[in-house]
Amino acid sequence: MLKKRVKNILESSRAAGWVLEPDAKKIFALSGIKVPEFRTAETLNKAIKAAGDIGYPVAAKVVSPQVLHKSDANGVIIGIDSDEELKNAYKHFVTLDGFECMLIEEMVDGLELIVGGKIDYQFGPVVILGLGGTSVEIYKDTSLKMAPLKENDVRSMVRSLKAHELLEGYRGSEPINMEDLISMMINFSGLLVDLRENIESIDLNPVMCSAQQCVVADARIILS
Amino acid sequence: MEYLVSIYVKKGYSTPYNRVNNPEYFKYPVWSLFGQQDNPGQEERLNFRPLFRPKTIAVVGVSLTNDRHPANVIYNKLHLRYPVKVYPVNPKGGKIQRDTVYPNIAEIPVKIDLAVIAARSKYALDILSDCIKNNVGGGVVISGGFAETGNHELQDKMVAAAREASFPFIGPNCLGIYSPALFDTFFLPGERLVRPQTGKIAIVSQSGGVLVDLMVKFAEQGIGISLALSIGNKAMIRELDLLNYLRKDPRTDVIAFYVEGFEKNEGHDFVQAAARSSKPVIVLKAGKSEEGGRAVSSHTASLAGDYKVFSEVLAQYGIVEARNEFELVSFCESLSCYRKTIEGKIGIITVSGGHGALSVDACVAQGLTVPVLFSDTRDKIKEKLSSSIKNIASLRNPIDLTGSATDDDFVAVAKILSQVMEVDCLLLLLLPYSPGITADLGARLSYVCQREGKPLVAYVPHVEKYRMLIEGFQLNHVPVSASIEGAVLMAEAMRRCQPC
Repeated sequence: MLKKRVKNILESSRAAGWVLEPDAKKIFALSGIKVPEFRTAETLNKAIKAAGDIGYPVAAKVVSPQVLHKSDANGVIIGIDSDEELKNAYKHFVTLDGFECMLIEEMVDGLELIVGGKIDYQFGPVVILGLGGTSVEIYKDTSLKMAPLKENDVRSMVRSLKAHELLEGYRGSEPINMEDLISMMINFSGLLVDLRENIESIDLNPVMCSAQQCVVADARIILS
Repeated sequence: MEYLVSIYVKKGYSTPYNRVNNPEYFKYPVWSLFGQQDNPGQEERLNFRPLFRPKTIAVVGVSLTNDRHPANVIYNKLHLRYPVKVYPVNPKGGKIQRDTVYPNIAEIPVKIDLAVIAARSKYALDILSDCIKNNVGGGVVISGGFAETGNHELQDKMVAAAREASFPFIGPNCLGIYSPALFDTFFLPGERLVRPQTGKIAIVSQSGGVLVDLMVKFAEQGIGISLALSIGNKAMIRELDLLNYLRKDPRTDVIAFYVEGFEKNEGHDFVQAAARSSKPVIVLKAGKSEEGGRAVSSHTASLAGDYKVFSEVLAQYGIVEARNEFELVSFCESLSCYRKTIEGKIGIITVSGGHGALSVDACVAQGLTVPVLFSDTRDKIKEKLSSSIKNIASLRNPIDLTGSATDDDFVAVAKILSQVMEVDCLLLLLLPYSPGITADLGARLSYVCQREGKPLVAYVPHVEKYRMLIEGFQLNHVPVSASIEGAVLMAEAMRRCQPC
């Protein structure tokens, strides 16, 4: 069942056709999907205070209903280490179309994955897992299953990726926290089933997976 | 409550027709909300027997003047060649072939099981109502001129009338039903139709042309069918209904579909029903290429194109997807012989090094493995081989017995490979040009397979002079392909069929 707060967010996003990142992250946090610690700031002063609360380094992103693909519009700056750098980022963001506020977020690292969902006409909610980041559409290394998922479904999705060794610990690197990925994907698939009447697709891209945790670093919810 | 209702609809009553708002569908038992119970579907409330096992058939729309009219073709073949009673209908009455033409169904003196409707679409609704009024068991609407030409309203009216009366009908715009040795409604003259023998495979096809073509290939390959259905516009009876019927049909062991597409959420219900089927379900999908240039707003929408979703969801539910007609035929033949899942460790026996090498390539390309045999297995084999080949045969896998091998060598190796754990399926490449191989070998190897219980697939060139060898396999339930690739696909079928 959809929580009331989730419904309210969806309702207020309807005009834009998609859900702004801070709102999307609120929805995920309410659904048991881990997101990095974040604040939003409309002014530079608020931004500096937020970064101080979170602690440098931080990532900064533009929040604008007119900027769907943030990195294409230079709306994402990562590894900000000082008030000065944050100020420069802010100055740039306010020039972007439809600037509403700045999102300041703790930096997370790990292997970049994509977890996505769409409402398929013939099969209903389906979930994909793949190697994420900006090159996701070049490699197209993804596996897909119909929602809702069970633990074994997620394990078999991981196994069927060409790059599965990267997740399992390749040449001395630590394997990712598989239990965290499994619980994220199970919760995500449940959310997708609940949202099936409201959405067209959701990208969690990238999901940063390390030996410690799997966290949604960026997300986009396209409404139907 | 909304959520429960949606589950309820999904579990049992979801069809392309919107039933959500119809209180009729909430009368059914609450157990369907829970657990793995069967999807009652519409087929539970419909009796398909008169459709597929009729004793009396009315052919509506016969022409009094045109022998080539589809209805006349159907009437003639039913009348002359099948064990059914058939009655021609045309409002003008009169005679064809010295038989009485009935002006309407009500005038026919017996109860009609099946009405074949081959009159123009504008008369179809009246004829259907007539069938319902006269307690006809079911119908096949051959005629076109419905949704496929934009005439959705007429088609919807027919479905509504049929549904209300629980009157099952196939079509419209289809060839209908082919039930071997019983009857068929195909408007193709008997002498033009290639008829596979009676067997255990049911084929359901959205396209009549593809179905007829598949029947040619099944016949060529010596594969038998239990039922072949062309469902055309699938207005009322759809894939899901037929899947639910066929998985309980004792004459059918394997269910094959040619699908162009499903309606909203229909694929969801179809895969779940297939997963509950203890029989292998094989699907050939047309329309795999994505529409180019479609604007896609998210990575997921772009990565999860319609066909990718179709293909991966089928695999998730253990449905075997055939990528083309050739795969479909090989998969059907294999899974009608074996209902078994294998890991895919293939032991290859050949008389030609080249065939062995080609088959290894074909296996690996499919994801099958050809493991090297353990040395004690090789020793055991060597011990049993005839003295003329003992020192020249290659025993690593593929096992190349050379052109000097005899039937006994094949039988001995097949027996040993059936008992070792390195391989879980045997692939026999039989080139019967070698003088030591006799026509008995097919049957002898099949008996090894029956006794030991490990699946065996064979390649034998399909020419008339090898017929006895081929039948020795086929009649003993060992699948034989006319090509190496086909034989490898037969093994692959068992690897892909997860619930087998």
